[in-house]
Amino acid sequence: MSTTTEPARLPTPDRALRERATFASTVGDTWVLTKRNLLRNVRLPQVLLFSTVQPIMFLLLFTYVFGGAIGQALPPVAEGEYINWLMPGLLVQISVFGAGQTAIGLTDDLSKGVIDRFRSLPMARSAVLAGRTFADLGRNSAVVTLMMLVGFLIGFRYQTSFLRFLAGVALGLAFAYSLSWVMAVIGLYVKDPEAAQSAVFLPVFPLVFASSVFLPTETMPDWLRVFADNQPITTVTNALRALMLGEGALREGQVLSSQLLISLGWIVSITLVFSLLAIRAYRRAVD
Amino acid sequence: MTSGAVDPIIEVQGVVRAFGDVRALDGVDLVVEPGIVYALLGPNGAGKTTLIRVLATLLRPDRGSVRVAGVDVVADPNAARARIGLAGQFAAVDAFLTGRENVEMVGRLYGLSARDARRRADDVLERIGLTRDAGRQVGTYSGGMRRRLDLAASLVGRPQVMFLDEPTTGIDPRTRLELWDLIEDLVAAGTSVLLTTQYLDEADRLAARIGVIDRGVVVQEGTADELKDAVGGSVLELVVPDEDRVTAVETISSATGEEVAELGGRRLRVAAREGSRTLLEVVRALDAAGVEADDIGLHRPSLDDVFLAVTGEPAGSDLEADRELADPAAATAGSGGRGRGRRR
Repeated sequence: MSTTTEPARLPTPDRALRERATFASTVGDTWVLTKRNLLRNVRLPQVLLFSTVQPIMFLLLFTYVFGGAIGQALPPVAEGEYINWLMPGLLVQISVFGAGQTAIGLTDDLSKGVIDRFRSLPMARSAVLAGRTFADLGRNSAVVTLMMLVGFLIGFRYQTSFLRFLAGVALGLAFAYSLSWVMAVIGLYVKDPEAAQSAVFLPVFPLVFASSVFLPTETMPDWLRVFADNQPITTVTNALRALMLGEGALREGQVLSSQLLISLGWIVSITLVFSLLAIRAYRRAVD
Repeated sequence: MTSGAVDPIIEVQGVVRAFGDVRALDGVDLVVEPGIVYALLGPNGAGKTTLIRVLATLLRPDRGSVRVAGVDVVADPNAARARIGLAGQFAAVDAFLTGRENVEMVGRLYGLSARDARRRADDVLERIGLTRDAGRQVGTYSGGMRRRLDLAASLVGRPQVMFLDEPTTGIDPRTRLELWDLIEDLVAAGTSVLLTTQYLDEADRLAARIGVIDRGVVVQEGTADELKDAVGGSVLELVVPDEDRVTAVETISSATGEEVAELGGRRLRVAAREGSRTLLEVVRALDAAGVEADDIGLHRPSLDDVFLAVTGEPAGSDLEADRELADPAAATAGSGGRGRGRRR
């Protein structure tokens, strides 16, 4: 029982649009979303402030509050300067904290309906998570650069070569990238931006402190030391320190090559496992 | 029900979708012809949002078939996505981007080249009257501007069908009228629109056809007039003094043999099968019972009456809160009862 008499017909599909994701279109979509996510950091003052001021505050507080007392207890490679010891560790700590933004950004998009819009578009699905993690890698790089500059200003000096120093920075960022996927999973399960804050930092704090980030692990009680020595944050920190300060920064029996290899193993396996989990959680979160 | 020789733009058959034990959609059938506004009317948690999410490829149905613009949504979601636009219950635009950047980004994600996206963004912004503000960050926009921008963002892909999920929930009356005009322009330009609403006046004004959805099923379907006719006869509406309300309800119901609906406040409503004769009977009966009505009138049934007759509850009621909670898709709406006070 047709009641409208208007000339009704199916319009022809718009040829300018695509119906199939290709490799090129996937790269294009990822770039569009990476750019969008990076703009969020630059244009929202509170985000910019939080992500730059916080690491510098950590750097200054730890250097000047603990530095004097701790300097005496460090291996000779630190040359009695806590900042030398602290800087590589802090780089890892900042990377871990920075990765938390992946969870917060994702939950933000989920709660505002932005992810729904993306999913209703003929775009590559993988671009949502890829664009998110790439943008967070970009942001982390900027924050780490800034923190390094301040570090140099207040006396940090690498003891090896510039190339090794750069390799250390790259390792830290790669670790951050792998953790972005862990945070993506957390974010996709939690869904709510406020809950994501605590869900992210609850596990991150003990992991960062029970590691070699701030201090050598030797003085920890046995049960804690065993854990600290074998968790990825410590391994990556050790490798980073050995790259920047020389192998003297490592404990008796540890060498750079093995710390580096184990770190890369962590980074690759965390990325693999958690990107798969994130994709699954993404499907689940939106269905 | 067929729509003559015309290929339907939306064709839904036997769609079931459950969340845990709750069947949000419990066998939905729906056929929409192209070039019109089709309104899905229903209380909170009736399954409106779930159905939109299925149509817009966000949710896979457990059972049933869904075709949009001739494309099987389940088998080929990306082809469907190239033909649809979605504006959800939130304005899903980025506050930190400018209006133009938002529209351009969606254009790029529709697969347009950077140049095409820019050109179409300009067109679309012009069409919705945001050209002047296009360079400002959306964070500075009013709520109404955001909604319009949200619509515009989807238009950049020149969709054949627009899905609008409660497009005017929670916005001021002036913006509402603007959006209505915009939706009418859309349809005039050849886009088909399926929208959900809790507002009967919205359906009455915009929709060529209306489907009433309740408990996951389309329970009634037709033009506004057909729906009103289906209720049958006229309705009698009365306003009685509060202290006489109980007496009035009993008196009227025994005089007419019909159930009397209490609309809140002091308003009562009852079906008047025999028109003015019923009116007279009621007036006499009330007089005999010593109740003096403050106001009494005979109306052609409104969509409100249709809604009441079909779903057994007034439009925009909160009675469905439980079911809404059980339906995660609908629960995110968080609009619980914004329809209140709009019952007229």
